[in-house]
Amino acid sequence: MARFKKKQSSGMQKINTSALPDIIFMLLFFFMVTTTMREITLIVQVKSPEATEVQKLEKKSLVSYIYVGVPLKAQFGTESRIQLNDAFASTTEIPEFIASERESRDEADRKFLTTSIKADKATRMGVITDIKQELRKVGAFKINYSSRKVAKLSY
Amino acid sequence: MASKEVPEINAGSMADIAFLLLIFFLVTTTMDVDTGITRKLPPPVEDDTKFDIKDRNIFKVLVSSSDRLMVEGERSDISTLRDDVKAFMTNPTNREDLPEKELKFIENLGDIEVSKGVVSLKNDRGTSYEMYIKIQNELTAAFAELRDEVSLQFYGVKFKNLINEDYRKAVQKAVPMAISEAEPENIGGN
Repeated sequence: MARFKKKQSSGMQKINTSALPDIIFMLLFFFMVTTTMREITLIVQVKSPEATEVQKLEKKSLVSYIYVGVPLKAQFGTESRIQLNDAFASTTEIPEFIASERESRDEADRKFLTTSIKADKATRMGVITDIKQELRKVGAFKINYSSRKVAKLSY
Repeated sequence: MASKEVPEINAGSMADIAFLLLIFFLVTTTMDVDTGITRKLPPPVEDDTKFDIKDRNIFKVLVSSSDRLMVEGERSDISTLRDDVKAFMTNPTNREDLPEKELKFIENLGDIEVSKGVVSLKNDRGTSYEMYIKIQNELTAAFAELRDEVSLQFYGVKFKNLINEDYRKAVQKAVPMAISEAEPENIGGN
């Protein structure tokens, strides 16, 4: 009993924190590895539609993105617009965009280039159809309709 | 004479530095994996090309500008679309008005009946993207289920669990993803 009392009275014990940096470093490396910096800033609002039959986009370096949605700033209108790289664009600029995307890739990789259409779910199909027609013209046949995976869709 | 003892470096602030870096990466990280429905667009067609596909082989799906569905000339609902497509493609009772089947030899599967059916999807310019994706999703699901059936019958596993690349190709040949999108035209106005 006396022994027990003695231990309690010895005050707060110091916790050994020498392993703390190691733990932090471990976390740090995890985030460093998983991080992908966002290359562009969105200027249109994109809320992806939901789907159950989605596939993962392999090799992100071989994907070029076309964003479609309502501009975030109201001064640019409330109609759905296309965003290529960092600016608004019209459908006629798509061939040029695809050409520059191809140019920036290795020659061997060019035929694996996928175009991902990231469109807001409220977009009308007219814009999407126009984009698809332009992509067909320039031979960018592999496309991906970006959508979030959900377990079940509600009708 | 220099002291023999090497001065110890104070590692107390190591944790702080690591924390700083950690917070930076925490903030900049985006963990979203890109997912989506993959499609292959058809090459552009010349104006006078006509495809000769028998009417019985085509499953027509029309989506109006108000997101309503018309399947094979009748008003329909998206909840039944998947089963409709499957029933159409398999044609279990060999009906005259459902698609023909062709006996094909496919490596690893042998002789197998391949449906000649094609799903033709036509949407209006005013159709919402959400509805379009839903329909594409249902069509993909229907074909995926058909592939599962063939895969289960021959290899005892579902198509997504089928690893052998040759077997996958065989199943893909047996159930081709026959979705055709009509050339765009403005049906219902904007």
